[in-house]
Amino acid sequence: MASVATTLTRHRLALGILAFLVAVPFLPVLGTSYMMHILILMLMWSVIGMAWNLLGGYCGQVSFGHAAFFGLGAYTGGILYHHLGVSAWWGIPAGVVVVGLGALVIGYICLRLRGPYFALGTLAMGEVLRVTAENLEWLTEGTRGIMLEQRTWVAKEPYYFVILLVAAAAYVVMEILVNSKWGYYFVAIREDQDAAESLGIDTTRYKTIALVVSAVLTGVAGAFYTCYMGYIDPEIVFALHDVSIITIMVVMVGGVATRWGPLVGAAIMIVLSELVRTLPYVGTAHQTLFGVLLIVIIIFLPNGVVGDFHKIARLLLRRPAAAESGGA
Amino acid sequence: MALLEVERLTKQFGGLTAVNDVSFRVERGEIVGLIGPNGAGKTTVFNMINGFLRPTAGRIRFKDRRIDGLKPHKVCRMGLARTFQVVKPLRRMTVLDNVLASSFLRFPARAEAERNAREVLAFTRLDHVAHVVSGGLPLGLRKRLEIARALATGPELILLDEACAGLNPAELDESIEIIRRIRESGVTVLIIEHHMKVIMSISDRIVVLNYGEKIAEGTPKEVANDPAVIRAYLGGEAAHA
Repeated sequence: MASVATTLTRHRLALGILAFLVAVPFLPVLGTSYMMHILILMLMWSVIGMAWNLLGGYCGQVSFGHAAFFGLGAYTGGILYHHLGVSAWWGIPAGVVVVGLGALVIGYICLRLRGPYFALGTLAMGEVLRVTAENLEWLTEGTRGIMLEQRTWVAKEPYYFVILLVAAAAYVVMEILVNSKWGYYFVAIREDQDAAESLGIDTTRYKTIALVVSAVLTGVAGAFYTCYMGYIDPEIVFALHDVSIITIMVVMVGGVATRWGPLVGAAIMIVLSELVRTLPYVGTAHQTLFGVLLIVIIIFLPNGVVGDFHKIARLLLRRPAAAESGGA
Repeated sequence: MALLEVERLTKQFGGLTAVNDVSFRVERGEIVGLIGPNGAGKTTVFNMINGFLRPTAGRIRFKDRRIDGLKPHKVCRMGLARTFQVVKPLRRMTVLDNVLASSFLRFPARAEAERNAREVLAFTRLDHVAHVVSGGLPLGLRKRLEIARALATGPELILLDEACAGLNPAELDESIEIIRRIRESGVTVLIIEHHMKVIMSISDRIVVLNYGEKIAEGTPKEVANDPAVIRAYLGGEAAHA
């Protein structure tokens, strides 16, 4: 077993980033309310990205329906608040159970499908849940959505620390999982499901595990979203484009199956969407820019900013870099 | 009791009978060769033993238990591992990590799994490339990595599907030696091979398939002189020559 000291050295970068993020609210320019809002969204998206990365990046099961889990988590909090009058924060622990069970059902239906068929299956699941939430008015208030009468805190800082804690915990869980037996099994399944099966790996079981862990983490982010934003409706939290697709973009831009990809991807996507929103004369055409960005990434940086960092470094430093391989 | 008993095995794909009424046994400690011209049904037999395909008829017993219809991971857990004709390494992982992934089956704790993986790498003489990313290995070493991954699951019987195809003479000799040592370590071997030098020199017994049917079985010498085998490989005329 590694001693505390070696563990600390090995995770220097992670600890450095954590220290910086903890300090941010107390810094001058970064500590403003607007910047806090940006950082909260960034951290929330990095959690969803990490969750998707486990299933899509490491286990190779590309989901186009993570909005299903995000929305389930968000509505767990919303419904608890709206119908039982308890704090929406209970949505986080309750969401773990609800989303976990939901993922088992979705997994039972979709995990028998492989490759693009799995992707289409999950896409359909996300849409089914959106339409269900829109029509189950007695439970979800339909398209009127659910509004929290008052939010827990007026200041941004407490929300920031909550989501920072969630993101840090998600990071640690990913680190442990990816380097364990499970992580190796996930990658074995991604690389070749038949080979994995014949090497004694119960592929159905481990794909289900990856899906449930990924879903639960996404659900926690969803429940946080309800508490932070104070309003949800099916169009927002079960959105195909604004949740499911953006999740994939976060991971693809950052780097699929890399440790820092989701965080870097979330940072780039959030900053970009804020910048693009302020552009004059563009209007809703800003969505086009994301499409262009995705094309550029796929052609020039197929392993994302983190996975192809050596390419970017070579371009910037204009020196021949040694050939390196991407993340595992 | 034989380690593996294949009894009247038949597999039909629609109207095509790929394997027809094939029976053979593999005793503990043997190296048995499974040969036959292209399309004879050898890999289909492997796929049924290993659990990828459910036989249309017939029985497969391993350690005196029925395994036909069992899922591949369960068959592997019972101690029956296989390699693939088309090698399928985890491309973006190192050689060590590849073998580690299959070591977890018997050793859930990482430290022990890693020790087992290193032993297997030393056994298959892959230790010098342990930290090379497997996608970049030459074919000969990838084939050997395939064997190493199967061995790391701690099998009692290993099915090798053309583990020597496409190797150069030096690699071939090394692979023959490794297969012999696999048997010496107590693992029984059932091998599909086209390379006659390999199959004749290492097999204790050979089973010959042609068009899905067993046409001969015996020692390498018996099989090489069998008229039906000569006919299958060289055509009808040669048998009378």
